[in-house]
Amino acid sequence: MSNRPVPLLVARDLVKAHGSTPALRGARLELAAGEIVAVTGASGSGKSTLLHCLAGIVRPDGGAVTYAGERVDALPERRLSELRRTDFGVVFQFGQLIPELTALDNVALPLMLAGTAREAAQERAAGWLERFGAGERPGLRPGELSGGQAQRVALARALVTGPRVVFADEPTGALDSLASEQVMTALVHTARETGAAVLVVTHDAQVAAYADREVRLQDGVTAGLEVCA
Amino acid sequence: MSTRHILLALLAKGPSHGYDLKRRHDDHFPQARPLAYGQVYTTLQRLVRDGLAEVAGTDADGGPERTLYRLTADGSREATDWAGQVTPPAPFVTNEIFAKVVVAILTGGDPAAHLLAQRAAHMDRMRELTALKTAPSAELGTVLAADYALNHLDADLRWMTTTQARLTTLTAVTVEVDRA
Ligand SMILES: Nc1ncnc2c1ncn2[C@@H]1O[C@H](COP(=O)(O)OP(=O)(O)OP(=O)(O)O)[C@@H](O)[C@H]1O
Ligand SMILES: [Mg+2]
Repeated sequence: MSNRPVPLLVARDLVKAHGSTPALRGARLELAAGEIVAVTGASGSGKSTLLHCLAGIVRPDGGAVTYAGERVDALPERRLSELRRTDFGVVFQFGQLIPELTALDNVALPLMLAGTAREAAQERAAGWLERFGAGERPGLRPGELSGGQAQRVALARALVTGPRVVFADEPTGALDSLASEQVMTALVHTARETGAAVLVVTHDAQVAAYADREVRLQDGVTAGLEVCA
Repeated sequence: MSTRHILLALLAKGPSHGYDLKRRHDDHFPQARPLAYGQVYTTLQRLVRDGLAEVAGTDADGGPERTLYRLTADGSREATDWAGQVTPPAPFVTNEIFAKVVVAILTGGDPAAHLLAQRAAHMDRMRELTALKTAPSAELGTVLAADYALNHLDADLRWMTTTQARLTTLTAVTVEVDRA
């Protein structure tokens, strides 16, 4: 389509191997500002690897990732961590909350790292926990949360700084269908409200149906439909 | 679910005539197609023939004469048995998507491309249904109907994904066999 907005994030021909295991073998993807895209595909097809390359967490072996004119794949580590702090919000497939901190402080931490005072950060964090249905016991530590509660906390942490791009890797993997609906509705609502773009990795078609479109990965290659040349 | 069993079940409540049975059926199952009176009448005749129902007399009640039917002991047993039986899950679902994929395989077509295109169509519909059910104004009836449709489309998609994977595996196996 010719009237699609200029993409905010572009990945071209990404190649990445973990040791001798190829994970990406020429994946391409474009994400426009405010757009919600679902990445789906079989287990091991490279979804998490693609997300990590796009978010500047993993450097690809080949290809290019461009975010708002900057070559993410070639940025020095310092600029990368700044980008991740200011522009990107990431929800990891396996949680990665800080075990020593309470749910509330896990969510407040990104704000405090960006210079917000503790009390103000906690107040905003509480609002985000509430929004994702995890506001009831903010004092619990990750070890005391159920899988589903931890995912809600991780989503709140990813969104608290108002990122321009949200990367969510299986954010509903531990949730039942009604809880998924609640979390996805909150995520889509937030994205529409703030204009954030969202890349959501999922193997669940009912979750993918919240996105504007779907990109399918098969053996490290993106299949059809997604690239506007 | 047959008319025969529905009538048996309705007659289990007591003797009744054809018109009354039709009306009660239509009241109890508002989503179903209304029973035709002719269908009720022929079904009642067959129940009598098979010894499951019998004529219990006539009932004029001011208007035209109506034949009253009641269940026999066999009929009561049959009605109870049917109502208590677990419905057998359909062993095979004949479905157009399924048929087209099989045809594509048999005729040397491109089942993988067909599956990909079908997936896109399913996803489009699922996005519409998701928007429908998550709209702030959505009523419970709409939400339940959308859930039902979404889960069935999702089931199709799972089968399509599995089939796609099987096609890849089967092709790989064939290639190895050819080489051997
Ligand atoms: N750290 C790693 N070390 C070695 N191999 C890895 C590593 N991470 C991923 N891989 C391999 O790379 C391939 C792609 O993995 P990736 O995690 O991207 O898949 P995925 O699509 O996210 O799968 P899943 O749906 O199971 O999360 C797989 O073959 C996997 O085994
Ligand atoms: Mg993964």
